[in-house]
Amino acid sequence: MADMTEKATKKGRVVVKIEMCKGCNLCIEYCKRKVLRSSEELNSMGYHPAEPDEQMQCNACMLCALVCPELAIEVYDE
Amino acid sequence: MKLKNKWPKYYKKDVVTHYCPGCGHGIVHRLVAELMEELDVGKRAICVNPAGCAVLAYKYFDIDMLESAHGRGTAMATGIKRARPDLFVFTYQGDGDLSAIGTAETIHSANRGEHISVIFINNAVYGMTGGQMAPTTLLGMKTTTTPSGRNPGYDGYPLHITDVVATFPGVIYAERVAVDGPAGIQKTKRAIRNAFQTQIDGLGYSIVEVLSACPTNWKMTPAQSFKWITEVMTTEFPLGVLADRRKKG
Repeated sequence: MADMTEKATKKGRVVVKIEMCKGCNLCIEYCKRKVLRSSEELNSMGYHPAEPDEQMQCNACMLCALVCPELAIEVYDE
Repeated sequence: MKLKNKWPKYYKKDVVTHYCPGCGHGIVHRLVAELMEELDVGKRAICVNPAGCAVLAYKYFDIDMLESAHGRGTAMATGIKRARPDLFVFTYQGDGDLSAIGTAETIHSANRGEHISVIFINNAVYGMTGGQMAPTTLLGMKTTTTPSGRNPGYDGYPLHITDVVATFPGVIYAERVAVDGPAGIQKTKRAIRNAFQTQIDGLGYSIVEVLSACPTNWKMTPAQSFKWITEVMTTEFPLGVLADRRKKG
């Protein structure tokens, strides 16, 4: 298990397309570094989309994008 | 900062599917779209849609699609492939479509060893019509038509149609995989790649059964339903390669 207090060795950035997310929370479930959380805001479809919380922890491992059924997640790396 | 996951070429841009949150269809759609790009078959691909939740798949794939009558996907794909052997033909069917009303077409197309690929999404219920019992429903599983659980004395046993067709010599490649987490999704992609490659190499019939989540009709959260596939569904439908006759050619 990665040390959550340290910064990720490889830096990544995750972008959730709010209007495409249906709030299934699979990305939150499978993110090893707990980068994502469920937003308190609603999108236009009435779902609570995922949103990045601890963006600095992201190491661009792509697990969130792999499990996303809606292709709503974009992952960037350096 | 560089984008790591490009939008698949053969998936319509920024489309939002009609599937429920956490549905396995969206994941398998993406894998198929990615593979068509990687194997470079998108321009000559024809997909045959089922009746079921994936009936609207033509709204999402940016390839040629045809809609079949309920269950007749493999019969239609047979016609397309025989008329135009240069095309890449695959069907995308659910368990109600492939293993219930379409049993005859499925079994005979496999027995004839048609040069098509079949993607079989098994979620153990009739998803689109509201979660009724399907032939693949697990024993004891509660559905709207088996409110006290599937009883083998009255409702029979789960149908393992992929195991059945895997015994036919005409079936070159048959595998069962599960969309139950990142590892399962990668194995699913590998299985569909093998199935597509079987057709590209002109070897014959290939089928991939994908155990897929239906959180709405299973009345679970998406994360719970993924866990349920791993813990319960794979005990009834064990994963693995069921037939691989590629080497014998």
